[in-house]
Amino acid sequence: MPTNEQLKTPHHVLDVPYLARLARLEITAEEAELFGPQLGRILDHVEQMNKLDISGIEPTAHAITVFDVIREDAVTESLPKETILANAPHNANGLFVVPKVLD
Amino acid sequence: MSSPFIPFQSIAATRRLLRSKEISPVELIEGLGERIRTIDPKIGAYIEHDLETAKKEALNSDLSKPLGGIPIGIKDAITVKGQPCQSASRILDGFTAPYDATAVARLRTSGAVPFGRMNMDEFAMGSSTENSAFHPTRNPWALDRIPGGSSGGSAAAVASGTALATLGSDTGGSIRQPAALCGCVGLKPTYGRVSRYGLIAFASSLDQIGPLTSTVEDSGILLNALAGKDSHDSTSLELPDEDFTAEIGRDLKGLRIGVPREYFVDGMEPGVRSSVDTAVKQLVSLGAEPVEISLPHTEYAVAVYYIIATAEASANLARFDGVRYGRRSSKAKDLLSLYEKTRAEGFGREVKRRIILGTYVLSSGYYDAYYLRAQKVRTLIRRDFDQAFTKVDAIVSPTSPETAFRLGEKTDDPLKMYLADIFTIATNLAGICGLSLPCGFSNRDGVDLPVGLQLLGRPFGESRLLRIGHAYEQSTEWHQRRPVAFT
Repeated sequence: MPTNEQLKTPHHVLDVPYLARLARLEITAEEAELFGPQLGRILDHVEQMNKLDISGIEPTAHAITVFDVIREDAVTESLPKETILANAPHNANGLFVVPKVLD
Repeated sequence: MSSPFIPFQSIAATRRLLRSKEISPVELIEGLGERIRTIDPKIGAYIEHDLETAKKEALNSDLSKPLGGIPIGIKDAITVKGQPCQSASRILDGFTAPYDATAVARLRTSGAVPFGRMNMDEFAMGSSTENSAFHPTRNPWALDRIPGGSSGGSAAAVASGTALATLGSDTGGSIRQPAALCGCVGLKPTYGRVSRYGLIAFASSLDQIGPLTSTVEDSGILLNALAGKDSHDSTSLELPDEDFTAEIGRDLKGLRIGVPREYFVDGMEPGVRSSVDTAVKQLVSLGAEPVEISLPHTEYAVAVYYIIATAEASANLARFDGVRYGRRSSKAKDLLSLYEKTRAEGFGREVKRRIILGTYVLSSGYYDAYYLRAQKVRTLIRRDFDQAFTKVDAIVSPTSPETAFRLGEKTDDPLKMYLADIFTIATNLAGICGLSLPCGFSNRDGVDLPVGLQLLGRPFGESRLLRIGHAYEQSTEWHQRRPVAFT
């Protein structure tokens, strides 16, 4: 049985088909209809962040801060080309093959 | 002929049997293979296991090494050279790993034999292992219940005696929560402790590889093998060499244990609450001093996590486009439809949902309101822990507010599923280390189900955490309980 939470119409409305296009993801009409309210409710929950005063707070991108990690500029061995291409769905002449891009 | 393999042995005990030649590494793998064949069809902890390769590798085991001849199950998100690796996703159909993840390479250096692909939620997105493209995994304590997730296969195998130990990965609790729900030990190391090279990325600023084991000592033994700086992962850190088992066996006198009031709130399953309360008293009787603390931004952790994790995931999963590896849709007409159709066919629902949410929070006009704000609140959450650790050596809490739920119980309500991760998520946002270990049972719907105790430690404080966990474990008998159906 759906819970009260599930029945609540979310305050947030997302344009799911548009976002799916941005993400290069084909979705069905049924998926769009399902995801819209589900993601809307998640964003409703996320809204509580707005209660906090975050002025002057620095953002955290990584919890354990490391700066400018550089290794010695030495040539090391890479995987052989054949090994990499072996995983490709379609390859020929040592290259990845995709549908024609330019006419 | 009866197999010399004994299920539920710790790594430490198995190592003694191997060194005294009571069992050979090949016999151990064969015994484990037999155990998997008889038990695992009921559990589904493994996606597959390559017995022949493991036997060949076991033949050359160097028993003088710390993990010589010890088989370790590997979560399907971590690459093992020459083996398929799919993060339990159809989009990686046909992919064979061309190299070992650094964690796997380090296990080999210590003498271990990688054995078995452990089931998981697709791309580690989930808390129940129901999102696997292969099959769901069942909880060894109650087969109609979930094992937790996303490292559900890794936990269920240890709990049903079909693996001595396994690797998992933890982005928001994916090692600790299944360990809790299956009644085994799970360790999420500090961010940067273990290289992520060869771990199929979910959320790069949160992901960390760690062990699932039957004892706390075994977690330390495995972390000894796994930890260390790796030139392939710029976020792995150069730290002094450390034996993570060195503090094990020392008592708890003088240690201060923080009890965060925000983690002991109403709404928790009563049996979880009482088990954890009793465990705190036990820690005190062992000499630890309890200190009430506050982590005031706890209530925001789930919101922050689902912004940051989905944003990072939407970027990380862009690489799965049907061009270089994995599956490709046969229905593509042009390059755009190749991307769109491949991804539509290859990703499961939860992954699609999170990619769309991540795309939304990073999209123009919303970035500041969501992603940037979440990163700032993440700073506040991290500061809560910094402050707490000026007063205490470790923080104690339940790992999960509830025990294992039934398969299908939450699949229709993602938000409800997400909120169950409330006690584990902040750990990853703060980058600190966390351990879950068995602390009793809770009666849910007439079934006794395992409860996990969570111990959180300072960044790079794993040794202290393992000392506290071991002292607690050895003073109770919870770690010796086995699911009756599989003893």
